[in-house]
Amino acid sequence: MTTVNERERSDIELLLPWHAAGTLDHRDTQRVEAALANDPELARHYELVREELAQTIHLNETLGAPSARAMEALFAKIDAEPARRPAMSINLGARIGEFFANLSPRTLAWSASAAALAILLQAGLIAGIMLKEKSPGGYETASAPTSVAGEGAYALIRFQPQANAADISNFLETNKLSIAGGPSAGGLYRVRTAATKLPKTDLARIVKTLQEDKVVGFIAITE
Amino acid sequence: MQTTSDEVLIGRIANGERLAMQVLFARHHVRVYRFVLRLVRNEATAEDLISEVFLDVWRQAGKFEGRSAVSTWMLSIARFKALTVLRRRPEEKLDEEKAGAIEDHADDPEVALAKKDKGAALRQCLSKPSAEHREIIDLVYYHEKSVEEVAGIVGIPQATVKTRTFYARKKLSELLKEQGIDRGWP
Repeated sequence: MTTVNERERSDIELLLPWHAAGTLDHRDTQRVEAALANDPELARHYELVREELAQTIHLNETLGAPSARAMEALFAKIDAEPARRPAMSINLGARIGEFFANLSPRTLAWSASAAALAILLQAGLIAGIMLKEKSPGGYETASAPTSVAGEGAYALIRFQPQANAADISNFLETNKLSIAGGPSAGGLYRVRTAATKLPKTDLARIVKTLQEDKVVGFIAITE
Repeated sequence: MQTTSDEVLIGRIANGERLAMQVLFARHHVRVYRFVLRLVRNEATAEDLISEVFLDVWRQAGKFEGRSAVSTWMLSIARFKALTVLRRRPEEKLDEEKAGAIEDHADDPEVALAKKDKGAALRQCLSKPSAEHREIIDLVYYHEKSVEEVAGIVGIPQATVKTRTFYARKKLSELLKEQGIDRGWP
């Protein structure tokens, strides 16, 4: 009858090749290392595994490389293939990944800082616009409500980082919008699109139109 | 220095970018070639096969879902192609005994030297096991594939990957013993 320890030892013995190659996960690596530290026979066995690893690499490295013929044959076949249309939609995730992968860590850090700064500056500009909107007479009590809760139709909007105060002001004015709140995380503002509640389809149509404006980075319907 | 990931290259290849294919080929063709060569044991066949493998990569890049590493995916394709060639040429499907007998040159000066050099003897024995055992040893030790990845490439359960590797290693010890080198295991 095999004991739990014997089974555990057998399991670990089976893992030794992967431990030597460094391809075990953290948990199994720890299990193997603990066993090796306490079992001299297993440690001796592990040395044999390491020899096999070294000689397998040695053997493979002496196999040489294919001639240029392989590459020439491949590209001749590729050139004979029918032309391919770019499949943008298939690889949207890959393309986003590629965009970030192509940025160096330093560029990424700078981009993140620049984006944060742009949002901060924009928040200041929009706060100025909101003050102008709220105080036509120059005075308002702190408790005075600007709108009744639940009234109107709203959208969440993020402006393009390069949009300036004049662009945003002009956009709000042209589309008869007013800022009702924000910025929240990610520089999102709550914008009132109509004074009364609208059917979802009407609101969706408005949002779709607004989306086309150059100052809009992101827009979505909200309650 | 930053390098473009294999996954990104596959995305570009899916869009028909020839240069991305050249980069991927330059990065992986030697390893794929060696994997195939160890299976088919013929350099010209191995060269033909790698251009076939990479042509499949070109054609199927748009279907690659990223469930495994690109290198693992390519080795799966390579293995399938190598086995197809071996099936077409049954004379090359040598069993272990025949392969052992052919390469067993007991009085060969090379073998005598190998006895003195354990490493050389081990390398010689690494060519003797069956294709099934050779491929698993190469995948684990040379291609650095995890248990899960080997299971994916070979198409067997993970538990079988472990036991097959164990038996491949046991076979190596037996072959070494035949050459007069007793490792004291198993």
